[in-house]
Amino acid sequence: MAMTVHVDIVSAEAEIYSGLAELVLAPASEGEVGILPRHAPFLSQLKPGTVHLKLSGDHEESFYVSGGMLEVQPHVVTILADTAVRAHDIDEAAAVEAKTRAEKLLSDSNAAFDYTRAQVELAEAMAQLQTLQRFRSKIRK
Amino acid sequence: MASGKEIRTKIASIKSTQKITRAMEMVAASKMRRAQDRMRKSRPYANKIRKVIGHLAHAHPEYRHTYMIPRDNVKRVGVIIVSSDRGLCGGLNSNLFKATLNKMKEWRNQNIDIQLCTIGNKASAFFKRFGGNITAQAAQLGDTPQLEDLIGTVKVMLDDYQAGKIDQLFVIYNHFINTMSQAPQVQQLLPIQAEELDDKLKHHWDYLYEPEAQTVLDGLLMRYVESLVYQAVVENLACEQAARMVAMKSASDNAGDIIGDLQLAYNKARQASITQELSEIVAGAAAV
Repeated sequence: MAMTVHVDIVSAEAEIYSGLAELVLAPASEGEVGILPRHAPFLSQLKPGTVHLKLSGDHEESFYVSGGMLEVQPHVVTILADTAVRAHDIDEAAAVEAKTRAEKLLSDSNAAFDYTRAQVELAEAMAQLQTLQRFRSKIRK
Repeated sequence: MASGKEIRTKIASIKSTQKITRAMEMVAASKMRRAQDRMRKSRPYANKIRKVIGHLAHAHPEYRHTYMIPRDNVKRVGVIIVSSDRGLCGGLNSNLFKATLNKMKEWRNQNIDIQLCTIGNKASAFFKRFGGNITAQAAQLGDTPQLEDLIGTVKVMLDDYQAGKIDQLFVIYNHFINTMSQAPQVQQLLPIQAEELDDKLKHHWDYLYEPEAQTVLDGLLMRYVESLVYQAVVENLACEQAARMVAMKSASDNAGDIIGDLQLAYNKARQASITQELSEIVAGAAAV
């Protein structure tokens, strides 16, 4: 029987595959790599592409990954697949956006702040109404 | 005593409130199940990446990443606070903020500056009012938070860490214990604390990197921090739904109690008025 290596393919939002394989083909950033059991420790980024697994008994499995990381230990191969499209400038844009949101939050006085103040005012008005009602019912008696 | 009609309108209004709270309870229950599912599904990734980081910490790379080196002199910390977007979930958010304020007080006493990053409307509103240095914010993640929504927020903090503006990074969120109990939890993200490993890997070794160590480690560690924050968000969502379900259940129960009391008062008032009417009729007949 051929040697096998344990393969785990996971993404942040779900577990995709976990099992034994005889050969793993993955789209590493510098080109396709083939990993056999007892490969030396190896760490690489993945490009978008297909991961092929050769399972025992001539079975094959393929998974599409949109990038991620590949870790190889002699008996374990771990593929951390990305769920989001990653690129330096996209990340940068997202960071800028998060910052502007925070700035807007701090400068914008009629967004969330007014909401909480309105809640307080509403509570006050309710309390006043209640006292008024109690007062009225007392007078009626 | 209030008249019959008044009590009847009160009962009707409480009944309609009860209908709303009961509906919210059921919605929260079904959302909670889905949120718990999502929490479970995101766990393998977090476990795997933690394992890889553990290996990495015990390898002897030619390049040590800044995220992995503890700094001796901590002058400023970054805190990512994960809260819910909406209220009506019991004391979930206020407990979280209380824990956060306690932690912040501790830091203040040690003369450490604090820089905040808020996720969720409640945290943004609270720390805006309370007065905190908010540098990044994300809200309206909805019931299915995506990793993409968090990348920007996390990157702001990571960039600040790399630039030396902050020396430690924490995330504060509600930890899901079970449906009835959730507890605020403070977790350190940076510098990365590696787990202890089995002896097998203790000898001298290093990875082969492709393309080169720095790029690979950058990508890996960034994903690691993001996955931890993502997990915090997903867990907090499950907590929110569970807390809302429990809060709405007790609201419905309370409404039921009040309706019972009012019904009793109404019956008494009705009986009293009938008795009075009867005695008036009898007295009137006797007078004729």
